[in-house]
Amino acid sequence: MRRQVNRLPGYVRQHIAALRGIVVFTVLTGIIYPLAMLAVAQIAFHDKANGSLVTYHGRIIGSSLLCQEFRSANGNPLPQYFQPRPSAATSGASNDYGCDPRYSGASNLGPSNPKLIAEIKKRQRQVSAFDHVPVSKIPPDAVTASGSGLDPDISPANAAIQVDRVAAARHVSPAQVKALVREYTTGRTLGFLGEPVVNVLLLNRALDEKYPV
Amino acid sequence: MSSATAGWLQLGLLVAALAACYLPLGNYMAHVFTTDRHWRLERWIYRLVGINPGNDQKWGAYARSMLAFSAISVLFLYGIERLQSYLLLSEGMKNVPPALAWNTAASFVTNTNWQNYSGESTMGYLTQMSGLAVQNFMSAAVGIVVAIALVRGFMRSKTDRLGNFWVDTTRITIRYLIPLAVIGGIILMAGGVIDNIASYHTVTTLSGAHQTIPGGPVASQEVIKQAGNNGGGFFNANSAHPFENPSPFTNWFEIFLILVTPFALTRTFGKMVKDTRQGFALLAVMVVLWLAAVGGISFFESHYSVGGATAAQVAHGATEGVETRFGTAGCSLFAASTTVTSTGAVNCSHDSLTPFGGGITLADMALGEVVPGGVGAGLYGMLVLAIVTVFVGGLMVGRTPEYIGKKIRPAEMKYAALYFLTTPATVLAGTGLSIGLRIPRASILNPGPHGLTEILYAFTSMANNNGSAFAGLATNTYWYNTVGGIVMLVARFAPMIFALGLGGSLARQQPVPASAGTLETHKPLFVGMLIGVILVLIGLTYFPALALGPFAEGLH
Repeated sequence: MRRQVNRLPGYVRQHIAALRGIVVFTVLTGIIYPLAMLAVAQIAFHDKANGSLVTYHGRIIGSSLLCQEFRSANGNPLPQYFQPRPSAATSGASNDYGCDPRYSGASNLGPSNPKLIAEIKKRQRQVSAFDHVPVSKIPPDAVTASGSGLDPDISPANAAIQVDRVAAARHVSPAQVKALVREYTTGRTLGFLGEPVVNVLLLNRALDEKYPV
Repeated sequence: MSSATAGWLQLGLLVAALAACYLPLGNYMAHVFTTDRHWRLERWIYRLVGINPGNDQKWGAYARSMLAFSAISVLFLYGIERLQSYLLLSEGMKNVPPALAWNTAASFVTNTNWQNYSGESTMGYLTQMSGLAVQNFMSAAVGIVVAIALVRGFMRSKTDRLGNFWVDTTRITIRYLIPLAVIGGIILMAGGVIDNIASYHTVTTLSGAHQTIPGGPVASQEVIKQAGNNGGGFFNANSAHPFENPSPFTNWFEIFLILVTPFALTRTFGKMVKDTRQGFALLAVMVVLWLAAVGGISFFESHYSVGGATAAQVAHGATEGVETRFGTAGCSLFAASTTVTSTGAVNCSHDSLTPFGGGITLADMALGEVVPGGVGAGLYGMLVLAIVTVFVGGLMVGRTPEYIGKKIRPAEMKYAALYFLTTPATVLAGTGLSIGLRIPRASILNPGPHGLTEILYAFTSMANNNGSAFAGLATNTYWYNTVGGIVMLVARFAPMIFALGLGGSLARQQPVPASAGTLETHKPLFVGMLIGVILVLIGLTYFPALALGPFAEGLH
C-alpha cells in the first residue's frame, strides 16, 4: 500500500497529504476544540454563554445585551418606557422598527450623505416633540443608529432627557425615576474603559416592577 | 474623567499589556520553530497526514505543500457551505449559493474574511464551527509559517532547504494557536460572549412584542478570529454585536488579541537570526505607524467638525454606527488596530466614520498590512520592505546592499519588487473595472466621492487580505463574489510564493561579514528610512485614488 502511494506523481501525493491534513485539522480545531470550549462555557459561564437572558415574572423577555423596541401596535414610541437608540437592524418590513437580532448591522450611511443628515434632523424633531427638549439639548446617541443595531444601552445624557416624560406617564415624580436611572447606570470599566451607559431593558423592567402603569 | 483622558489610559494599558507579552511570546514562537523535538501528538498528526517530518524542503516544495493545502482547503470549505443543509446543526439554513460559497471559501482560506453574507441568516452552526473557524486557525498558521521560512533564508547559508511546511504548520497550531485560543476564549466567555448551540428562539418582550434571539458557538470562534487576524464575524454586525463583544473590557481584550501575535513575531525574527536588535528595529517602525493611525483616527472622530462630516455636526457627535458602550475612543482604537493588522473585524461602521478617519483606515490597509500586519504576513511584508529600504540606501552610496548578513542582489530584488507590485496592481485594476462598468457601479450606497471610496476600500481590503468593509457597498453580486474571490487568492498567494522564493535565494548565499560600509539596520536612521520608504511607496501608488475619494469628501 505504502509503496503504491510512493509511486504516484509528486503533485498527487501533495494533494493527498493536503486532504488528509485538512481532515485532521478540522477534527482538532473544528470539532474537538469548539466542543471542549462549549462544555467549559455551559458549565462555568452558563448564564452568560446563553445570552445573558432577562426574566420578568418568571418568563424570558429578552437579553440584557440586546436592545428591544418599546412601541405601540401602530409603531409609536410608548411614553412610559425609556426609548433605545435608533436601530438599523430591521428586516425592512413596515412593522419591524429595529432591534431585530436576525438582521444585525449598521446603516452604513456616509458622513456627508444627505439621506443620513435628513434622517438625523427628522429624529431630532421627533425626540424634541416627544420629550419637550430643544434640539440643541438632544445627545447624539438619541438620533444616530448604533453599529450593531442591537445596542442595549443609551448614554446617561440620553436617559436624562427622557426622565420627565416617563415620570409623567407613570404618575410618579421625576426624582423617583431619576433614582432608578442612577441605579441602572454603569460607569466606565476600571474607571477608564468604554463610556458610561444606561441599560434600557433592565431600567424599563425595574420601572414596570416598581411603578407599574 | 473626560473621554479623551479615558481613551489615553485605555491605550496606555494596551501598550503595557502588549509590552509584557512581547518577549515571552516572541521567544516561545522562536523555540517552537527551532527545537528538534516533536511532541507525541505531533508525531501522530504527521503519521495521519502521511508526511516525513525529517524532510527539509526546498523553497519550491515548501510553496507547493502550502498551495496544495490551501487549494484543498478552499474546496473543502466550499463543499461544506454547499452541503450545509444536509449536515448537523444547520439551523435550517439553506445551502450557500455557488458564487457566494466560492467567495467565502476564498476569503477565509486567504485570511481575508471578507463577508458578502450575514452570518445569522446564512451560515449554520456547523459551517461556522467546523468550516469557517477551522480556516481561522489554518490561514493564520499558513501566514506565520511562510514568514518563518523567509526568516530561515536569513538564518541559513549554503543550503536550498527552508524547513518542512507540515511540521511548521502543525507546531504553530498545536503549540501556540490552540492554547492561545483556549485561554483567550475562556476570558471572553467570562466577559459575557455567548457560546451555545441553542436554536434561535422567539421571546415576548417586556412591552409585548416578539424578538428572535440567535445563538451559536461564538466565543470559541471570536477569539481565533481576532488572534489569527481573520476578522470574519459570526454575526453580520461583527465585533459591534453585543453577543460577540459585550463590554468595554471584551473590546479592549479583543484589540489586545489582534495585536499581540504580529508584534511578538518581530521578536521571533530577532531571536531566530540571533540579533534581537533587528527585531526591535522592525517593531519600532510598526509601533510608530500604528500609534500614528490610532492618534489620527481618534482625532478626526472626536474633532468631527474638522473635515466634511456634516451628519456628525448636525447630530453633535460622530456616533452614527458607534456602540454606546465603546464610545469614540473604543471605536477609533479598534478601527486603527483592525486595519493596520489584516484582521478586518469591526466594532463600528467604517462607512460612517468621518471622511479623514475613514480615509486613515483605508490608508492603513494600503500600507500593505505591515504595521504590524497580519500574523506572519506582516512580518514577511515588512522584511520585503526592509530589503527595498537597504536597496534604496545602497543606491545612495553606490555599493551592494546587505541585510542581516546577506547580499541583496538582482535575484532578491526581483522577488521583492514582484512582491510589492502584486497588491497595488490587483487593487487598482479591481477598483478601476468596478467603477468603469455599469453593474458593479450600481452597488454603491453613498453618493459622491464617498461612493468611490466604498469601491476602493473594498478592493484594498480584499487584496490586502484585511476583510473590513465600507459595508454600504452591496457586494453579494456575481461580480464582487467572483472577482473578489480571484483578487483575494492572487493577492495572498502570489506574494507568498515571492516571499518563499526570496527565502530560498537568501538561504543559498554565504553570509557576508559586516564592514564599515554596511548600513546598520538596527539603528534609528534605518528605522526612519524604512518608515519613509513605506510612506513614499504607498503615497506614490495610492495618492491619486485617495485624493478622489476621502480627501475630496473631507475637503469639500
